Amino acid sequence: MRGLFRRRDREVPELNTSSLPDLIFTVLFFFMIVTHMREVDLKVHYQVPQGTEVQKLNHKSAVIPIYIGRKIYNHSTKDDEFFIQLNNEIATLDDIKEYINEERNKMNEDDRSRMTVSIKADKDVPMGVIADVKQELQKAFALKINYSANEQ
Amino acid sequence: MFERRKNRVPGLNTTSTADISFMLLIFFLVTSSMDSDKGLARQLPPPPDSQTEVEMKVKERNVMRIQLDANNQLTCNDEAITADLLTERIKTFVANKTNDPTLPEKSIRDVNFFGQCKVSDRHILSIRVDRATSYDAYFQLQNSIVRAYAQLRNELARKKFGRSLANCSQEQRDAIGMVYPQRISEDIPSDTQQVEKNKANDQKGGKR
Repeated sequence: MRGLFRRRDREVPELNTSSLPDLIFTVLFFFMIVTHMREVDLKVHYQVPQGTEVQKLNHKSAVIPIYIGRKIYNHSTKDDEFFIQLNNEIATLDDIKEYINEERNKMNEDDRSRMTVSIKADKDVPMGVIADVKQELQKAFALKINYSANEQ
Repeated sequence: MFERRKNRVPGLNTTSTADISFMLLIFFLVTSSMDSDKGLARQLPPPPDSQTEVEMKVKERNVMRIQLDANNQLTCNDEAITADLLTERIKTFVANKTNDPTLPEKSIRDVNFFGQCKVSDRHILSIRVDRATSYDAYFQLQNSIVRAYAQLRNELARKKFGRSLANCSQEQRDAIGMVYPQRISEDIPSDTQQVEKNKANDQKGGKR
């Protein structure tokens, strides 16, 4: 009689985790493909305008970014002062030509022909600054430009 | 005695593989940004050369003057207008479907797929902005110009090839680009900021 009411050993079966690495690797590869590395530390803060006709920029390796916006971490400057950032540093107009030539030399033949300068400027930047930048780009023969924007 | 000993390869302990790949995953999540680069692609003219610069005489009917002043007010041929309406204006201006004598003239050219056809290659959109104009207003202007051309070309592609421009082959797109070429001239922004500021101050003073 006693044997009948004996407590049965009820063990929770162990979870099979042998496929967990594969799952995570899949997610990892997904992220590696859809994302791209953040190349620079942004020193300026900008909010790009919105447009309806924006197109995706292809050939990431042939794109040179120029950032124009307000300085981050600097509360002493006035609100309407805008800075140009090239390659991790705040720069001036005169540096643009040299920067473009430097970047162009780093590229391979294919990329050089489709080199595009992406102007990532804040909505409130006055056109004077943009026009000066465009003139410098003309002088550097970087004639393909792209006004960075978000889709509306 | 000569019995073969069983040489079993011990199973590799893979419990930590998950942790390692988690670390990699988190690393990529932190260092990467999802935002893809989008924007309006434009082409700049080559730098002006004082020797090759020629004064071009352009007929009045071929020019559309688009201006943005320091207060971001858009004007088209000295007439205030919104960015949406500007798209329509540019479309009728460039296409000139009725061969209106006040709208730009066309020339007859040999184009792939189209044969002899009228091409609107005389028109000029002349853009003038102020140094104090905001980039946003300028961008909206560029956006409406691009939209006008894109709509015209798309309409033509549908009429001629029965599909949207995006589905056309490169040759077909080139041919359409020849029928409706983008002809835009941009002036170096004028510095009327000071004058405008004074004006604005005057107006404010008047209101008080």
